[in-house]
Amino acid sequence: MSKQIGIEVSLAVAEAVGLCDVDVVAAYPITPQTHIVEHLSELVADGHLDAEFVPVESEHSAMSACIGSSAAGARTFTSTCSQGYALMSELCYIASALRLPIVMAVANRALSAPINIWNDHADLMYARDTGWIQLISESGQEAVDMSILGFRIGEDKRVLLPVQVNLDGFTLSHFIEPLTIPDAADIKKFLPPYKPALRLDPDNPATLGPVGMPDIYTEARKAQDEALKASKPIIAEIFKEFGKQFGRHYNLVESYKAEDAETIIVIMGSIAQTAMTAVDHLRSQGKKVGIVRLRVFRPFPGAELFNAIKGAKNLVILDRVKSFGGGEISGPVALEIKSVLYDKQHHPKVGNFLVGLGGRDVTVQNFEEMVERVASAKIGDLPAYEFINVRE
Amino acid sequence: MTSAELTALAAIEEGKFAQAFPSFGPERRGAPVMAFVRVSETPIVTREKVYEPNIVIVLDPTLLKIVNVEAGLQKGGIVILNTSKSVEEIRKETGLKAKLATVDASKIAMETMRVPITNTTMLGALVKATGLIQLAGLSEPIKHRFGPIAEKNINACTRAFEETKVVEG
Repeated sequence: MSKQIGIEVSLAVAEAVGLCDVDVVAAYPITPQTHIVEHLSELVADGHLDAEFVPVESEHSAMSACIGSSAAGARTFTSTCSQGYALMSELCYIASALRLPIVMAVANRALSAPINIWNDHADLMYARDTGWIQLISESGQEAVDMSILGFRIGEDKRVLLPVQVNLDGFTLSHFIEPLTIPDAADIKKFLPPYKPALRLDPDNPATLGPVGMPDIYTEARKAQDEALKASKPIIAEIFKEFGKQFGRHYNLVESYKAEDAETIIVIMGSIAQTAMTAVDHLRSQGKKVGIVRLRVFRPFPGAELFNAIKGAKNLVILDRVKSFGGGEISGPVALEIKSVLYDKQHHPKVGNFLVGLGGRDVTVQNFEEMVERVASAKIGDLPAYEFINVRE
Repeated sequence: MTSAELTALAAIEEGKFAQAFPSFGPERRGAPVMAFVRVSETPIVTREKVYEPNIVIVLDPTLLKIVNVEAGLQKGGIVILNTSKSVEEIRKETGLKAKLATVDASKIAMETMRVPITNTTMLGALVKATGLIQLAGLSEPIKHRFGPIAEKNINACTRAFEETKVVEG
């Protein structure tokens, strides 16, 4: 087993991607993703990684190059966030529709304006409907493992979809912490060489991405939706396989002290760790509180999520971006969960909180206050959503 | 940030758990920044900033005029300062009441490295004043980070370790 080392999470992600024997990296630097691509370009320049590094002139070009290289059969990686993601987004829809298993690390950052380089989930949710698989990391170790898993999942013949590996900007990307980078030989065993089902090849000409007239567009869209939904059990299966080989076990939905919890915090990303400290503190006071964390947002693990939260009387659902102006509509995570609850005819008290926007720190005390707020509220008293830590 | 990073790396190298992270704006050399470090015998399960530190290290003495560096400091905590002044002068000028450790890191850095950058120098003061990490544990992370100029940094760090004065609050 490889040893724990201290390393900045961004560098560790780059190292892991390098060990995945990636063929092409096309990326444009943007804070807080910069260290990931900077380190990959170093690995290539220093001869440690036999890959093509394409220093493109924009994120739009980055994803264009990725689509080309992946369509030609190369294992392809890129990384971006925020405005960079927004600029490349039109290509992201194409990558998924062409069923290209590109892996993209997104060091999640807020969107402008006001211009802000810090962490929230604006880019994650901006990407929600692009047809990519979305994996979400809680720790540096998870960011490393999700990067490796991203290639294995995306390239599975039953999946063939691009994978977005989300890690919180700064709150993860710039943390130095202990983690394990798997051995190259172990990764090789887990991740066989990429053999595309169909690739652009002059000797065997094929067309990828032709026009879809009204008589075929609906069918193409239905097929894509089915492909993404069908990837869910395969993702779970590959997580299990990873656990067997590397001893780190992942699920579509993770729980922490949630089995007997009356109040459950539903959360995504690295601040779940801060929530764990809050839960331990509240438990020491005899309060039954737990956490349910979504590791995968697309495809949405609705059934697994429901199983994890169905025993709770109170839900504290955290969103880290607001969908503006939707009347009584919650944040995107709460919206998803409320629709699951409606379908199941299940009605716990739900508090939806907008936290950690544009890098605003989310503290242990914040979590304790949100739990208390929902637990003590009368049914019907909670608003559709609330912004936390707002100076009015 | 460099000193925070090296502290965490040294602690992890020693088999402890540690995390280090910055809190800065768009990168500008010389702008005031904060960086945070946690060191623990058990896994660290939080991502919030450090609001109640045990140790505050101030790399730039001019910050004492604009920042209350004692804010949130835990009981029995220590403030480690880069200053050419005596502890009495510091207390008189700033009103700091906590346990203090002082070293003229700017002078040491200029004399050993010919640059007024005090990251590695101040780590010597941290080791002397707290024993949080070992001096020996820093050499590998410093070598890895600084390559050909690592030795100068290690010298500066060692000299600061020798010259740091600790005065109870």
